[in-house]
Order: sequence, then structure tokens, then C-alpha cells
Amino acid sequence: MGIRFILMVNKQGQTRLAQYYEYLTLEERRALEGEIVRKCLARTEQQCSFVEHRNYKIVYRRYASLFFLVGVDNDENELAILEFIHLLVETMDRHFGNVCELDIMFHLEKAHFMLEEMVMNGCIIETNKSNILAPIQLMDKAT
Amino acid sequence: MATTASSFMDSLFQRTLDDLIKGLRHNLIGEQLFISKSLEDIRKEIKSTDLQTKSIALEKLTYLSSIHGIDMSWAAFHAVEIMSSSRFSHKKIGYLAASLSFNESTEVLLLITNQLRKDLSSTNEFEVNLALECLSVIATIDLARDLTPELFTLLSSSKVYVRKKAIAVIFKVFEKYQDSVGVCFKRLVENLEGSDGKSMSAAVGVFCELAAKDPRAYLPLAPEFYRILVDCRNNWVLIKVLKIFASLAPLEPRLAKRIVEPICELMRKTGAKSLLFECIRTVVTSLGEYESAVRLAVSKTREFLSDDDSNLKYLGLQALTIMGPKHLWAILENKEVVIKSLSDTDSNVKLAALRLVMTMVSEDNVIEICRVLLNYSLKSDPEFCNEILSSILFTCSRNFYEIIVDFDWYVSLLGEMSRIPNCQKGEEIESQLIDICLRVEDARPELVRVGRDLVIDPALLGNPFLHGILSAAAWVSGEYVEFAKSPFELLEALLQPRTNLLPSSVRSVYIQSSFKVLVFCLHSYLLNNEAHIPSSSPEKLASGVPDTVLGDGFLEASVITAPKSIVESEHDADFSPGASNHGVSVENDGEDVIHGQTSLSVPLEKDYFTRESIIKLLDMSEMALGPLLESHEVEIQERSRNVIGLIELIKQEITGPLVKKETDDMRDEFKALNMIRLICDGFSEELGPVPVTAQERVPVPEGLTLVENLCDLDTIFADMNLLTQSSLILGTLNLGETTGGSLSDLQTKDDLEPATESTSLLSEHRKRHGLYYLPSEKSNSLYNAYPPANDSLLQQNENDHVDDLVKLTEQSLVPKKKPSHAKPRPVVVKLDEGDVPITSRKLESEENLLSGAVRDALLGNEDKSTSAKVPCGKSSSKRIEKGKQSVDVPSESNDNAADKGKADVGKGSSRRSKGRGKERKHKSGVKGGTQREGNGQRENLKSSRTSKHKTHHGAVDSVNVIPQTPVIPDFLL
Repeated sequence: MGIRFILMVNKQGQTRLAQYYEYLTLEERRALEGEIVRKCLARTEQQCSFVEHRNYKIVYRRYASLFFLVGVDNDENELAILEFIHLLVETMDRHFGNVCELDIMFHLEKAHFMLEEMVMNGCIIETNKSNILAPIQLMDKAT
Repeated sequence: MATTASSFMDSLFQRTLDDLIKGLRHNLIGEQLFISKSLEDIRKEIKSTDLQTKSIALEKLTYLSSIHGIDMSWAAFHAVEIMSSSRFSHKKIGYLAASLSFNESTEVLLLITNQLRKDLSSTNEFEVNLALECLSVIATIDLARDLTPELFTLLSSSKVYVRKKAIAVIFKVFEKYQDSVGVCFKRLVENLEGSDGKSMSAAVGVFCELAAKDPRAYLPLAPEFYRILVDCRNNWVLIKVLKIFASLAPLEPRLAKRIVEPICELMRKTGAKSLLFECIRTVVTSLGEYESAVRLAVSKTREFLSDDDSNLKYLGLQALTIMGPKHLWAILENKEVVIKSLSDTDSNVKLAALRLVMTMVSEDNVIEICRVLLNYSLKSDPEFCNEILSSILFTCSRNFYEIIVDFDWYVSLLGEMSRIPNCQKGEEIESQLIDICLRVEDARPELVRVGRDLVIDPALLGNPFLHGILSAAAWVSGEYVEFAKSPFELLEALLQPRTNLLPSSVRSVYIQSSFKVLVFCLHSYLLNNEAHIPSSSPEKLASGVPDTVLGDGFLEASVITAPKSIVESEHDADFSPGASNHGVSVENDGEDVIHGQTSLSVPLEKDYFTRESIIKLLDMSEMALGPLLESHEVEIQERSRNVIGLIELIKQEITGPLVKKETDDMRDEFKALNMIRLICDGFSEELGPVPVTAQERVPVPEGLTLVENLCDLDTIFADMNLLTQSSLILGTLNLGETTGGSLSDLQTKDDLEPATESTSLLSEHRKRHGLYYLPSEKSNSLYNAYPPANDSLLQQNENDHVDDLVKLTEQSLVPKKKPSHAKPRPVVVKLDEGDVPITSRKLESEENLLSGAVRDALLGNEDKSTSAKVPCGKSSSKRIEKGKQSVDVPSESNDNAADKGKADVGKGSSRRSKGRGKERKHKSGVKGGTQREGNGQRENLKSSRTSKHKTHHGAVDSVNVIPQTPVIPDFLL
């Protein structure tokens, strides 16, 4: 499976985007998000970006007020996931121009599409920013 | 007309998603209220016939569901409707809603098969994309089966955009519907071989997941992976390929040999830390025998460790942890960093360092390391402190305390841990104390000493985390009171007023222990008298000698307990009847205890168990326990009643008027002695660990039908109201909690005691409903219901004893060269069955369905392609022959194959015998043929080396990598 879920959470702990690659009920999701927020948001910048949680790892990174948290299997490469997060942020940056929390809130659908271009069934399938954004730009033109 | 008008109004005044989000942000009326208002609107709008209105409603609902956790399962049908819209902007909203909210139990899934099929075959690649994305999330068995043909087509689509996504989805489909493997596997492999980087990368991702589950099935593809490893420049792909090799390499030594160099090359050259780390991980997990590679990996790891970035440091520690057991030198080289990391600011780094330290622990350094760690635990925050404690506890108890030689040390370490202020590991320490007590006879004196120290400290009683430990300590010191230096002091500790802070379950253990101590004191006292009144018998004198020992301890103790009595007994020798003998060696000391201890019946302390002190003892117990007779807790009430009952009986016997004739006195004491002796015998039965499987050894009596469903238990509990509320529940629950040992034993004791009303009721109940006790309790049912089984078990224990000792010394002495210990390691009683959890042997042999399917697919492909490519050349036809041979080989030589499915008998087992190495193969019947074959291919290997990597075609590499394996299917050639 590789990636199990991707969360974007602001520093107040509010979820801004949640994409799960395995099915969890709403209650399970809420519980999971709560636990993760409690575990990760309290950590300082100097502390490492990997947190063990239940039977998997969370790799996270903070950009301004937004935390990007990715839950992965234990044998996943942590540094690669960090790079993935960075790539995601750069891609969003390119599309929205200096992306911020509000962009993601108001364009949740687009954020999901970007993720869909990058990750499928928990596997990273596209890492080229232009390729990721091409379909979205097409759609934008069409409407 | 009215409806169309209203829907028009709806769409005119409908809030868009943006409006919704803005409303949420401004939050004028409170979030919850706003959401529920919006939901009302959405419910109305979503019923609209206008697709635009409907899809906006769904869009809003999807937003609320994914961000605010609002249930949207009720809108599933609407989502399906919108999915089927012909307009892309609607369709995508429908698909997003479906993939975010549908799951296997969503009923409308049955309706979307056709829609998905239609979109999967659409000419618009973005529509295909939507369907694929949705399928990757919601695929069910049915969907996977029905849509396999469409996916098969997409796997060779000319549009890369679609193809790579189809590849990613196929893994999900494989998981759900194994038969799809037969159809699609070949195309998946083609994508791996293909020149297109995107599809290849997606395919590698899929194989990485597949290989993690059952690597063996993918060995034949090793040449392809090797090609990618050497040629590919994309770090994402390389990381995945390395993961695949990490699982393949251990299966095939020649493959390992082949990939070492390229991986080292990557390690040296790459600038990407992620790739570097993956290389390190691959080397240390799967290529451990290649010294130079490991050295390189370790030096790279050192760079990680010395980096300021805490991420790298953490990963460096992780890498060392993986190396740990095999390459201790690597850890030792970095010892300093590791120990420093224990006090890092980041708790995760600390934790990683702790784990690493624990992997270093061995028999020789366990004392030293535990000392260091314990010091750290005192300094660190509560959370980490407990992490340290639990890892010490875990490591030391692993495999029956394998690494512990000096149990006295370990037991006192446990005592020390209990006193650490932040200690919350009471439960674990409790069970280990009891476990060691039962298993390691030689540790008991020290255990009793540690137990005494714990029980006697009034400060510990206030800490609820320690109650478990105290319960164990009380039990130990009661059960093995004969090792106690001062039973008096112990009794006083057990009855101290602060015990009212204990929960009732623990308190009843205290009371029971004090009962044992009391009985022990009385027994010693009375026996003493008996021994010395007819004082001429020299034998008894002799047997009395070693036990004077306890004198020292008692001296200290009696200063606290009964200072008066000691003074009296010292000076006023005549007071005690036993004192006439006090010439007998008081000089003996401590060491003798160990010899004298084993039999309880040996008299103890003549000079100190005086009538005066015994009476004091009785008074004290009576005072402490008296109030408990009114306790509402049945366990406490009952047990204290037992003690008080005994005290009353004994008091009549020994006290009486002080000015009594000696002869009368003696006769009375004789009576008392007999009584006490009976009780004492009850207590002196040896306790041992009981295997989990013990229950199974009890033959089911004829005519007894075991009920599988225990639901009628409720009615039984209902009609035994009184009992259930108190003793029964207490009894059973506690037994479960305290890991067998402590309370169950007490329970046994209870049965042996002069039964009070409730105990007899309890045993009555047990007799009637004994069978209900079987499943939940591991050990105690034995004691209670089936004494014969217990007996036979004990005997067997004794027999095992010697064997175990032999085994144990073999195990612990042979593999490690260790300095000769001053003390030999004491025996640790192990039970052959039951104690050891059943190993996962079964699981191993059980084949994963998916990989079975893959194997079939590979086999099928091989057949197909060989039939197509037979005229390809000598070597390939030879190989086919050889493949056939090896199919025959295992059926003769390999009995493991017996239980495997027909289809993969040949494949799987030949591979298995392969993995075991060459010797095996030479022994087997087809020796000549295979050897010749092997030689031929080795030549082949040499010649092909000269033209290394010139072609991208699989053939050369496949020969290079695993020249001898018949396993490589010919379609790779």
C-alpha cells in the first residue's frame, strides 16, 4: 500500500484535507486525526519529522500554518515521503501562486485532483510538476 | 409546474460551495448550527431535477463530509446519478464524492459497474482517469471481476497517462480478485520491460507491493529489476527497486552477489539522502554477509548520525538498529553517539536510541547496561522513564530470562525499579516477580528479601501504580516465608494500617500472606517446643542446628516488633521452654539458610519464638484484622475471618492461665501443633508454572458434554446472585489479571483451609459449573477441578527439570564465549509445550492466494511463451528440459511439497529446494544432468560478462544474474 493517508491540518488542529487510501469509518477517521494532531502538532521544529503511530509511521512537515501529514507503512522510505510532501507543496505553489491555507480550503477539489495525479492506490505514480498540473489546467480552461 | 418553479428558485438562490465555506469561516451562528442548516438546504437541493443544482449540493456535502466528518452515506444514490452525467464538470463531482465516501458495504455499488465500464472505455482520457481513480478506492470483488477485461485493455493503452494509472489500479484488482492475475499479469510485466519510464515506474511500484507479500514468486523477474537498478536514473524508482531486491536477495545468494556492486556504486555516487538511506537499509537487511558493503553502509550511517538534522540522526539510529544483532561492531563504533542520543531533546530520537541500546544487551553486559539505563530513567521525563523500564523488563524477560545469569541481581533490580517515582510498570513487574519466583528456585531467598523491603515501606502503599507489585511482594513473602529473616517484622508490615489504601484484591493477598506467616511462626514455635521438651533426642537437636541462622535478622527486627520479648528471652532464659537448649550454636550464620530452607518442617528459631512473642503476634494480628470482619469485600472479610478463627483456636491452646503446670501446657501445645502442622502441610506444597495447554491434557470425563456457547452462563450468574457479586467475580477476574500465579494459589489454599461457609459454597459452585471455568482461566482450573492432572504435570515437570537444565546450559554456554561466572546460572523451569507460543510455521507454509495466482500466471506465461519461442536456441530448450527435471526432483526428495496445490507443486517446491543451496541439489537423484547443465551455464556466464550490459534485452542479464535457476521463465529471454 505504501501511503495510507494524507492529511493537511492547520496549526489549530482543524483538518483542511483528508485523503485515505484504505477505508475507515467516519468515527475512526475522526479518532485517528485527533490522535495524530495531538502527537505531531506539539513537536518543535528541531525534532525529527517521523512519528510512530499505531502500526505505521507518520511523516510530516510544516509549511507556515499548515501541517502536511502522511501516514505510511513501516518499511516506507521516510525521506522519500518528505520529498513527496515537498513536491506536493511546490506543485500547489506553482498552481495557486504562493499557496496558503485558504487556497486549499476554497479549492479542495483541485487539491484532491493534484493528489490523484500524484498518488494512486497508495503508490506515487507521478512526480513531474508539469505532468501533474496539465490535466487541471486543461479543466480550468474548459470551464 | 410548482415543482419546476421551486427548483428554479432553488438553483437561483442556491449557495455555492464558496458561499458555504465563507459562511463557515465567518461563523456567525456557530459552526454546528451553520452546518446543520446547510445540510437542510443540501437535502432539499440534492433532490432537484436540475443536475447543476444537484451537483453543487453534492459538492457541498462532500466538502462537509471530508472536512467536518458529516455522514453522507445517505446521498450515495445521488452521487451515482451525478457520476452518470454526460457533462464532465458534473461527473467529476460525482466521482470525487464516490471515492471519498463509498466503501464495500455501500449498496449502490451494484449499480455503478456499467457506468464504470462505460467510462473506462471512454475515448476521453480524463473520464477514464476518473473511473480508474474511483475504482482504486472502492474496488470490490465483483467490480474487480467485472472490470478486469477493461483494465486488461487499458494496460496496453497507447496513452501513457491512462496506462500508468491502470497499472496502479491493477494491484488493487489483484488483491480483490485473484483470477485477474492470470489475465493481466503478462501485460504488467510488459510494462516493466517497456521503454516508457512512467509505466515502468508505476509497474515497479506494484511489484514492490507484491514482492513485499511473497517475494519468492517474483524471483523470475529479477533480471528486469536488475536492469532497472543499473539503468534507471529516477530516484523514486530506484528506491522501489531496492525494496524489491531487499526482499528477493535473501532468497537467492547469487542474486545478492550480483547486486552488491551496483548498490555500493549508488551509495557512493548519489546525492539524494533518501536513496542513500534506502541503499543502507537494503545492505544491512539483506546483504549482511558482504563485509565491504556493510562497511560502506556503516560509514554512511555515521554521516547520518553526526548530522545536525534530527531526521537523519533518527534514521541513522534506525539503520544501526537493523544492523544490531549481526554487526555489533557497527554499534560499538558509534556507541558514543548512541548513548548521547539517549538524552536528545527529541523523544523519538531518544526512543530509537533506547531500542538500539536494547539490541546490544547480552548476557555479559546486561548488568552494566541496565545500570546506565536506570540512571537515565531517573533523570528523564515520566514517559521516557517508563519506556526505559518497559524495554528493560521486556529484554530481560525475553525467552525465559535468557540473558539473566544472576537472578539475585535481577530481582533486586526489579525492586529498585519499583521505587522509581515515575514507575508505572507495576503490572509487568508484578508478573515477573511471580514468574521468577515460580520458575527459579534459587532466586526465592532474594525475592523474599526484596519483597520484604517493598512490603515494609509504608510510602509505597500510596502509589496506585505499585499496588500490583506490592501484591506480588506480599504473596512472595507469604508463600516463601521460610526465607524471611524476620517473620515477625514481615507480619507487622503486612498488617500495617496503611494497607487500607490498597484495593481489595491486593489487600486480600496481604491478609492471606499474613495468614501464612502467622502459621509459619506458630509452627516453628510449637515445633521448637516439641523438639526440646523431650529434649534428649540428639537427632532433633542436630536438625535444629542450622536454623539458628535466622537469629541475626530477628534481632534487628525484634527491636521494632517486640523489644521487650527479646530482652526477656535473652536474659530470662527460663521463660521459654525451649531456652533450656540455648547452648546450641547461635554462631551459625547466613549461609546455612540455603540448606535448611527446603523443608518447612525443620524447626526454626528456638530462642526467639517465645511464648511471649507469639502471643504478641497473635494479639497484633487480631487487632489489625478484627475491624475487617465487617468489611463489605467478601474476599477480605472471609480471609480475615479465617485468620481470626485460627487465632482464637490457638489462643485457647497456648495461653490459658499463665501459671499452669508444665505438663498441661505441653499437652495443649501438642494439640495445637497437630492442627498447625496440618495447615502448614497445606501451604508447603510446591507451586510451579503451569503451561497454557495444561487444560488440554485433562481427559474429558465420560458423559461430560462441553458447551461451546456460554451464553447461558448469564442465567447461572443471575440465580447465584450473592456469589457472583462478590467472591466469584473477584476470584475469576483477579486470576486473569495476575497471570496465574499469585491468587490462584491462594485460592488453592482457601480450599485447603478449614472451610468457612462461603468457601464451601464456592467450591460447590465450582463443582456444579466447573466446565465454565475452562476457557478463560489458564492455570487455576487445574488446581480447582482436576487435581490428578496437576499431579501428573508436576511429575512431568520434575522429569523435564533435568533435561531443561542440560538444554539450558548447552544453549547459554555454547554460542557465546563468556567469562566463567562465579555462580552458575540457576535453573529456570520451562515447560516444553504451552509456555512457548506456537511458532508461525503453519503460516509460512500457508500460501498467500495472490502469490499463488501470480505463480500460476508466471507458469502459464512460461508455457505460452516457450511454445512460441522454442526454436529460440539451444540454451532455452535445455532449460526447459531442466525445468522439467526439477519438477520431478522435489516430488521424490521434498516432502514439504505434499500439501501444496497441484498447480504449483513443481514451481514452488523446485524453488524451495533451490533456496536451500547446492548440496541439497547434488544429493538429489538427477545429479549428473543438473551438474552438467550448471557447468554449461557457468561458461555462458563467463562469455556474457565480456559483453556486459551492452544490450537492454533481458537475455544477457537473466543469464548473468541467476545463471542456474530453472526458475527464470523463458519469456524473459
